[in-house]
Amino acid sequence: MDLKNLASLTFFYPEIILSCTILLLIVLDLLVRSQRALAVLALVGCVASLVATLDLYSAQQGWLFHRMIILDGFSLFFKVFALAATILTIWMSLGSNEIRQIHQGEYYTLLLTCALGMFFMASSSNLLTAYLSLELVSLTSYVLTGFLPHNRRSSEAALKYLIYGGVASGTMIYGMSWIFGMTGSLDYAAIHQVLAQGQVNKVALYMALVFIMAGFGYKIVFVPFHMWSPDVYQGAPTPFTAFLSVASNAAGIAIMIRFFFPAVSSMVPAGDWAVVSGVEWPHVVLFVSMITMTLGNLCALNQKNLKRMLAYSGIAHAGYMLMGLAVLNNDGLKAILFYVVVYLIMNLGAFLVVVMIANVTGNEEIETYRGLAWRGAVIPATCLAVFLFSLTGLPPFAGFIGKFFLFAAVLKQGGAFVLLAVVAIINSVISLYYYAKVVKTMFLDFPEPTDAAVSVAPNNFTLLIPLTVLTIVLGIYFYPLAQYTSESLRFFVK
Amino acid sequence: MEHVLSYMTFIPLAGAVVVLLLPGKSHNLIRWVAAVFTAPPLIMAMWLFANFDPAKTGFQFREEVAWIPAYNIKYFVGIDGLSISMVLLTALLCFLCIFASWGIDKAVKGYFALFLLLDTGMMGVFVALDFFLFYIFWELMLLPMYFLIGIWGGPRREYAAIKFFLYTLFGSVLMLLALLALYFNSEPHTFDMTVMIAQANKYGTQPLPFWPFDQLGWGFQHLVWMALFIGFAIKIPAFPFHTWLPDAHVEAPTAISVILAGVLLKMGTYGILRINYPMLPVATADLAYWFLGALGAWNIIYGALCAMAQTDLKKLVAYSSVSHMGYVMLGMASFTTQGINGAVLQMFNHGTITGMLFLLVGVVYDRAHHRDIDGFGGLAAIMPVYTGVTALAFFASMGLPGLSGFISEVLVLLGTWQKFPVLTILGASGVILTAGYLLWTIQRIYLGPPNEKYKMLPEINGREMFTLVPLGAIVILVGVYPSLVLDLLRTSLDGINQVVVPHLHL
Repeated sequence: MDLKNLASLTFFYPEIILSCTILLLIVLDLLVRSQRALAVLALVGCVASLVATLDLYSAQQGWLFHRMIILDGFSLFFKVFALAATILTIWMSLGSNEIRQIHQGEYYTLLLTCALGMFFMASSSNLLTAYLSLELVSLTSYVLTGFLPHNRRSSEAALKYLIYGGVASGTMIYGMSWIFGMTGSLDYAAIHQVLAQGQVNKVALYMALVFIMAGFGYKIVFVPFHMWSPDVYQGAPTPFTAFLSVASNAAGIAIMIRFFFPAVSSMVPAGDWAVVSGVEWPHVVLFVSMITMTLGNLCALNQKNLKRMLAYSGIAHAGYMLMGLAVLNNDGLKAILFYVVVYLIMNLGAFLVVVMIANVTGNEEIETYRGLAWRGAVIPATCLAVFLFSLTGLPPFAGFIGKFFLFAAVLKQGGAFVLLAVVAIINSVISLYYYAKVVKTMFLDFPEPTDAAVSVAPNNFTLLIPLTVLTIVLGIYFYPLAQYTSESLRFFVK
Repeated sequence: MEHVLSYMTFIPLAGAVVVLLLPGKSHNLIRWVAAVFTAPPLIMAMWLFANFDPAKTGFQFREEVAWIPAYNIKYFVGIDGLSISMVLLTALLCFLCIFASWGIDKAVKGYFALFLLLDTGMMGVFVALDFFLFYIFWELMLLPMYFLIGIWGGPRREYAAIKFFLYTLFGSVLMLLALLALYFNSEPHTFDMTVMIAQANKYGTQPLPFWPFDQLGWGFQHLVWMALFIGFAIKIPAFPFHTWLPDAHVEAPTAISVILAGVLLKMGTYGILRINYPMLPVATADLAYWFLGALGAWNIIYGALCAMAQTDLKKLVAYSSVSHMGYVMLGMASFTTQGINGAVLQMFNHGTITGMLFLLVGVVYDRAHHRDIDGFGGLAAIMPVYTGVTALAFFASMGLPGLSGFISEVLVLLGTWQKFPVLTILGASGVILTAGYLLWTIQRIYLGPPNEKYKMLPEINGREMFTLVPLGAIVILVGVYPSLVLDLLRTSLDGINQVVVPHLHL
């Protein structure tokens, strides 16, 4: 199916609903005083868009708008994912004191715009849409990062983010221009056709792919494009940090898979992939993956601020996810999709506890968590422990199953990839140290007389408890999710 | 009683949930509820003991349910002669340790909930026959253990807890890789241990990349064997992976030390016998025969010498565990009927004897609030009953004839003498060292003129006797009539041994 503009609109309802909600939010922001009503409107818009997205599962796959964007199982998966992350973030923002102090109309407008950008990132089938959607997500993220007024950290983080983002996307578009020069097209399918003939200059293609990786890598947060992340995580309003850590990362993964698999690799019958023109870009990913997870984990060891620690842990997790790309098989991709979902649940959960505690204590230093379990906050402390152990990859939590699939994909490939698996498991052990350090602070350390009791508002439990239960349930019965992710791995290629 | 093993595994978990729902202030209620939920597994274990058919090969009381069919993962449990001894031990020690934990008064609810969770994890490891399930249970034990040592432990509890956690996790992630490697090399892909054992010869010795041992004919099997072995060796704990043990033991509360020494250490040797031996027979024949025996002998002597140098009574008992687990490795490495049977009997005996020793250390620590061996003196005059029970446990530990430790050590040495006399002599000399440090300890703590400071120490009480008497009875009973346990083991262990023996290069 290859639809023209008007015909495409039938399959474009999720985006239309989201756009209308955004416009409505801008207008109502001027008229309505209740900030809560705006949040509810944003929530309703997202849910409506989610319903429309789910409805598209029955539609035929194909290109929309003259092959600018693509509709297939893979893009729908990431649309559902982006909406889920947005809904959870709005929910989390409702219970955050930090957000209560800022102008919420604009906050929710930008958040939804960011989600809209992620829609296009996941469904781009043209270098132009890829670049534009990535920029849409980036620009809204810069603003949201600096959203806390009169907060130096927040402003500094936004500026840093902007500069790094500018450099990375500049590099990326330079790489894209090389691809255009070599293939004469921006369309993924056309690019693939030319590359598959194998007549392009290998060195030039290699360079172009590495340049493009810079742009994607800065969204996924892999080394060496990770420097912005600790500052941004620490400076941004916490609910947005949570959103950034899961959704932005996932959208980066989506756009990278979209470009590096259907466009510059060939599907071989066994359900696996092969590089085209003999350009072994997976070697780069393999190398980057090892460096990223190791650096992320080592830097996380000594962090004093929980948000900053979670930033480094996020870098490490990006490294784990890259393993699934490096092995160049469908099992790896399925493992990534599974991991992305699990990571959403456990990482958002961890940030939710950060929000709850910061509501009371006003900061995110690990020190303030001392003896938390003995200071009247045993439920949030226990939930945070569950999320952190899940992030470590311990059974019976969902994080274990996520890692299990990634390791399985790597070991299935065998050969030199065993080395990658060994590096990854050593990293898992390292990561236990800093995750357990937080747990130690909460449970093993006893409060000192100066530590006040922490009475958390129970309204956040409506989100916290389901996330915790889900983390445990998906660790024991993960089959439906695994099934869903493997069915989502359907690319439309002509 | 069709699902007896599942009940044994999950009743404590249900207990943990119930405990969590109780009001946190009513300590005694929580303690009794915990006791009530550990009693059924013990009763069922006795029922198993009565109904287990020792002559049958293969697994009994099997339950098999598809869990995640797409990956061929099953909920599959069952027991054979090797596991039933461990299941009995676990059920008994968990029940007794609830009573040994009576004195815990900090966050009682959390303690007993975690303890019951730990119980489920341990029971699960011994009954699981699906490798994936086995791994889940294996890891499930880590979390409660970390908190139990870390919250309710001694002064250096934080250090000990994280050290235990990191060591064991390192071992278990290696096991995870080995597990996946075995999965992808089985056809059709399966985690079912019985299938993996049946097709053990499919795991070849093909060469590997970056692998320096091709000339020796070592390949895939050997690499997987080593990964699994490191995972298990950390639990045993075999030299040089033993350093977490003295720390964990010393800091852990009494009941947790009992569980650590009595059950957790056995998982290392259990894993090697359950997984390494029958699944990777070629590698076992190449690697275990000399290497494991030498490591065992070294453990015996090294542990005994370390124990001799200790001034902390609990640390002494901890190092004696290192030493005694050496006999298990030594016996396993001999691949003779006596050696392997002796090894598993030693696992059982060590569980009961060391359990007693740690309980006894706890008794005196609760009264004197220190464990310095040189700080007592003449306790025999002050606490005669206590001293009597201690003497029984010490004599059993040093292998006095008539008590259970003797039987297993003699079987191990008989078995190994046929294969490697030098190691046997070294191992046997460990008996002398053991007698040395234990008798010396008895002399320092119990004999001599009574220490004025401790004149007022109360005699051992009824609750403490209640935890010690069953273990003492088993020690004497097995010492006099070892067939009670040995008959359970023989068929299964011979089966495991027969898989490896054809591959030995003798």
